[in-house]
Amino acid sequence: MAEPSVELREVSKRHGDTLAVDRLSLTIRRGEFFSILGPSGSGKTTTLRMLAGFESPDAGDILIDGRSVRGVPPNRRPVNLVFQTYALFPHLTVAGNIAFGLEMRRVPRADIAARVQEALDMVRLQGKQDRLPAQLSGGEQQRVALARALVNRPAVLLLDEPLGALDQQLRADMQVELKTIQERVGLTFICVTHHQEEALTMSDRVAVMQQGRLLQVGSPRDIYEAPQSAFVAGFIGISNSLAGRIETVNGARCTVRAADLPSGFSVVARCPVGAGVGAQATVVLRPERIHLSADVQLNGYDNVLPARVSKAIYNGSETQYVLALSDRLSWQVRVPNIGNGQQRFQPGTPVFLRWHADEAVVLSE
Amino acid sequence: MVRRTPWLLSASVANLCFLYAPILVLILFSFNASRLSAAWQGFTLEWYRLLAEDEALRLSVWNSLLVALVSTLVATGLGVCAAIGLERHPFRGQKVVESAMLLPLVIPEIMMGVSLMLFFLLVKLPLSLITVTIGHAAFNLPIVLVIVRARLRKLDPSLEEAARDLGATPWQAFSRVTLPLLVPAMWGSVLLAFTISLDDFIVTFFTAGPGSTTLPLYVYSMVKSGVTPVINALSAILVVVSMTLIGASLALQRR
Repeated sequence: MAEPSVELREVSKRHGDTLAVDRLSLTIRRGEFFSILGPSGSGKTTTLRMLAGFESPDAGDILIDGRSVRGVPPNRRPVNLVFQTYALFPHLTVAGNIAFGLEMRRVPRADIAARVQEALDMVRLQGKQDRLPAQLSGGEQQRVALARALVNRPAVLLLDEPLGALDQQLRADMQVELKTIQERVGLTFICVTHHQEEALTMSDRVAVMQQGRLLQVGSPRDIYEAPQSAFVAGFIGISNSLAGRIETVNGARCTVRAADLPSGFSVVARCPVGAGVGAQATVVLRPERIHLSADVQLNGYDNVLPARVSKAIYNGSETQYVLALSDRLSWQVRVPNIGNGQQRFQPGTPVFLRWHADEAVVLSE
Repeated sequence: MVRRTPWLLSASVANLCFLYAPILVLILFSFNASRLSAAWQGFTLEWYRLLAEDEALRLSVWNSLLVALVSTLVATGLGVCAAIGLERHPFRGQKVVESAMLLPLVIPEIMMGVSLMLFFLLVKLPLSLITVTIGHAAFNLPIVLVIVRARLRKLDPSLEEAARDLGATPWQAFSRVTLPLLVPAMWGSVLLAFTISLDDFIVTFFTAGPGSTTLPLYVYSMVKSGVTPVINALSAILVVVSMTLIGASLALQRR
């Protein structure tokens, strides 16, 4: 493991009556693209502001490059922040904005010009250096904000909802570009976002926070495929869940019976570690892991459940089905568009859901 | 598309006449050759020439400019500080302080004049150009405060944070980012305060002492000995200067 770039040790922060950040401990490696993902009020922005130095922790300590930054003001921290609103200085040109940090740090004038040019090249804004921020598009402003921070070569680059203000297409392009830039400069990037796709696409590791607490840290694959709690499973993409009780355990497999299932049916899944017969269990299953068929046969799958199509939404690359398994249980299934000959199901028709036991995650409370 | 009705047009014209006809008549008659200013008797610049020769008038103009300049600078300095304090650093009892600072905008000017005079007598400060300047700074302060604060409220607070993040000390963040962005609003309030000070009569009347006659006080003393066309000429100049300054102030505030 590479040496840590940023370490948070039992950091807490109170805002009035609410505990914005609750004993948060995190270790972020050097050169890593790390995302903190969570809904609003999860404490992710407070965490970022504590890293930048705009707020100080009530308890705990923050180390950057092995040194505590307790009491160090924002202007003397080796970090730079890309603001959600970009916060470009409206009275300075693009070059003036980018040069600001270098001027504050008394970099020689000749070096400033060269480094500003280098930063402009990196974000592909050559020739725009004399424009004012108001004369740029949203995407260009975003790049200026990025260049203005990167030009200082900080130990850590902080990004606050970096793509939040961009439209869908631009957002997708910038996700790839941000990741490319990060790999090229090799700096530690810490990105705060509520957008799960953004976090999964760009990050080496993701931390999921809720109500000030850290729920899970892991690679995007871990977070998506092995969520450790129902919240993480639900927050990272759509997931179908089923709450029930473990009925039998057979080696690594178990069967889960739930009141919401049609009578006579149960679900076969991997047995959670340490869970025995009678334990509460929640089965979580991604919508794209379910195969739909008009056929009741297992055909090599471990599970089959009957349902009725209540909605079919065609959106080009895939069809989203909303399926009623019983009066109380509704699941979503996504079927990729693989072209002609694919079987489609109309609303109101009966259908069978099939999946392998290993595709589902079982959370045991 | 808005249809222009004749009714709307005539209402607008009537409004403009109501506001500006007296001023136009005044300017027109400042070029009237008749001493009695009742009827038009031909064009002359005589009254302007008489104005230029009036030594006491020149002194009063000088006094007015000096008072306006110094009181505006004082009010701007204090007003900008107050605006930043109120907008960026909330404190207990802020509402009370805020209302107290804006009070001069609403209390009758004559009360302000009388109370300032009594205050100066109380602290034994002889009435002079200094007391006039202090009085003017007092009523200009809330004007600067209101204008600068409105601008400050529109600025993104993360601009200063961005400057801090990029290595600026609190003072550098203010002087390199916030202050340049406040400059248009400051110029707007400077011009407005300067104009109001230049035109003020009531507060000046109560706070002026011997040898501190300002232009409006001088005009008043001239009127007491009968309205002559010289007054028309002087008023015409004042109107043009005031309107120019106010126009510039509005243009700067809109930026």
